[in-house]
Amino acid sequence: MKKSYKIDVDCANCANKMEEAANKTAGVKNAVVNFMALKMDVEFEDGADVKAVMKDVLKNCKKVEDDCEIFL
Amino acid sequence: MNRKQRKMLIRILVAAALMVVIRVLYAFLGEGEDVAIKEPFWFLMYMVPYLTVGYDILRKAVKGIRNRQVFDENFLMAVATVGVIALALIKKNGDYTDGIAVMLFYQVGELFQSYAVGKSRRSISALMDIRPDYANLEKDGEIEQVDPDEVEPGSIIVVKPGEKVPIDGVIIDGKTTLNTSALTGESVPREADVNDEIISGCINLTGVIRVRTTKAFGESTVSKILELVESSSSRKSRSENFISRFAKYYTPIVCFSALALALLPPVVLLILGKAPRWGMWVYRALTFLVISCPCALVISIPLTFFAGIGGASRAGVLVKGSNYLEQLAKTGIVAMDKTGTMTKGVFEVYGIHHSTMDGAKLLEIAAHAECFSTHPIALSIRRAYVTGQMWGIDEATGETVLLSSDSENVHTIAKERVGSVEEIGGNGIAALVDGHEVVIGNARLMERYGVEYIPCHHVGTIVHVAIDGAYAGHILISDVVKPTAAQAIREMHEAGIRKTVVLTGDAKAAAEAVAKELGVDEVRSELLPADKVTAVEELLARKSAREVLAFVGDGINDAPVLSRADIGIAMGALGSDAAIEAADVVLMDDDPVKIAKAIRIARKCMRIVKENIIFALGIKVLCLLLGAFGIANMLMAIFADVGVMVLAVLNAIRALYVDSV
Repeated sequence: MKKSYKIDVDCANCANKMEEAANKTAGVKNAVVNFMALKMDVEFEDGADVKAVMKDVLKNCKKVEDDCEIFL
Repeated sequence: MNRKQRKMLIRILVAAALMVVIRVLYAFLGEGEDVAIKEPFWFLMYMVPYLTVGYDILRKAVKGIRNRQVFDENFLMAVATVGVIALALIKKNGDYTDGIAVMLFYQVGELFQSYAVGKSRRSISALMDIRPDYANLEKDGEIEQVDPDEVEPGSIIVVKPGEKVPIDGVIIDGKTTLNTSALTGESVPREADVNDEIISGCINLTGVIRVRTTKAFGESTVSKILELVESSSSRKSRSENFISRFAKYYTPIVCFSALALALLPPVVLLILGKAPRWGMWVYRALTFLVISCPCALVISIPLTFFAGIGGASRAGVLVKGSNYLEQLAKTGIVAMDKTGTMTKGVFEVYGIHHSTMDGAKLLEIAAHAECFSTHPIALSIRRAYVTGQMWGIDEATGETVLLSSDSENVHTIAKERVGSVEEIGGNGIAALVDGHEVVIGNARLMERYGVEYIPCHHVGTIVHVAIDGAYAGHILISDVVKPTAAQAIREMHEAGIRKTVVLTGDAKAAAEAVAKELGVDEVRSELLPADKVTAVEELLARKSAREVLAFVGDGINDAPVLSRADIGIAMGALGSDAAIEAADVVLMDDDPVKIAKAIRIARKCMRIVKENIIFALGIKVLCLLLGAFGIANMLMAIFADVGVMVLAVLNAIRALYVDSV
């Protein structure tokens, strides 16, 4: 399953860091952060609980870049 | 500017003002032997502007270390400025302005970058502002404004002048002109009349129209396009991936080099028995750190692609991702389908030859004889008669032109003029028109009726007409080459395409005639749809690995070829979902000149990317050397860093402007 989220982040490098963090989160098959469009496209593993996974994604992103936001 | 940016600006201004005030006070009260106020006081004073402007950087750096994400630009800046201030503290010279100024300029650069990105983000979203806000739904004679999502297929909507067409549909009432420029980049308005299909995203210019919707909003052209554009920059190009990988290794390398610069020379000097001058080498190392900030690269490359894709979509070229833009720029061979790409894909009457009567009269008789047939040839004869449009080749230029367009005079077919009609299996028709016996069909039919006919030397389908047993001439029907096709091929060659190839299912003679008219380098004829894949594979095998093969098709039954080629370009995609799905690049209108334009836009974008990489890296390396040898001081270093970033960002925004490409 694929979903797209609006995000807010200040710099391109921070966006890369968010992408990396999201990709390391359990339940995420592939995540792409598009800094210019301020969007995060997340592809979930089969049977993953989307809401719980996204909570983890946000937590992991905050860890690497505390100025970021994902609008769930 | 948004709230965050305004806050940053205020912080920068306040810190700068404070710094100047303290510096002036220091000049009066703190310098010289006999000072009124001693050192620790000045240190605390200077910390106020420093923390005002840089507290968030310090916090992020600490947080990064705690989360084991040590090496980033916050860390670089924090170490550099704290280091310089510590040096001043050790030397007791009271000169803290260096550290504060570096932080100040760094923040100015960040602010500018955030402002520029926000600005281009907005201008690109404004370009693609085709999303309709509402639909005027007609319900029991009343008009109600509703969300386009709520309109079901088959509903009646009203579109007033100045409004966007919200949903795809068919006009049932009214006549208007439509501005399709947001979709196609084409500035000439398009006429639309009753029974015409219209696509969402166009702007209604002149008249009120009533439209019966044929699709739901989510399935409409406008939704498809927005979806495509919005997800486009998520497919990253190799340059972008290179930069993000680069940034990952670059910062640690620079940090360790700086450490080496701070430690090695003094140690070597010590061993040699000279004064180590620790302070100077640490200062140089810190300068080195400031220069090395990779922000110019990290921001300008994605920004260039974003602007390039945005600019291309304004020109009616939708690119599905930065990686495709990169590929498109490398195109060396263009293979294209003939029907529907270089030609209109509809059969048109191309000429009337050897007619014993007025050509129009012959066409009139032929159209009536064919009036019950559903054969494509019959359709094109009837259409030519009704619309009065006829095509031909301009003898002077060799290009296909509309010879006559008698649109003033709309003809109608009167079926009562036609008597008994007999279809003669696959060869033609014998019919009674106005009491005359008309035989119309191919050469074999003429032979069967014993009519002596004149063969045609033109390429196409020949329809002979005999009236009352006497030969009356023939009608040439052919697929019409698009008026801009020859120009398109020429422009492709000018854009540096090494080879153009036309793939077609047509007979050899017909295909070669068209190829010659257009000026393509190679033609492959008599191909079945499956053969086209083989032909493309053959071309792929023969080209060099660096070169990219693009295939251009109209998306109708060439989807396998579109996906097999290195890069698939679908054209005339307005309203064709299959083409939008299968292709990597979508040309919104069916003008083949756009192929060359798309390639030029891609090349311009890639040129800017390369300029930025070379420029940013070149200046960085130069400054790093200057810094290591002590020629550049820290203020110069931060100027170099911010300046390179500003220039790179401005250069990136150039990719947005594609009109003159």
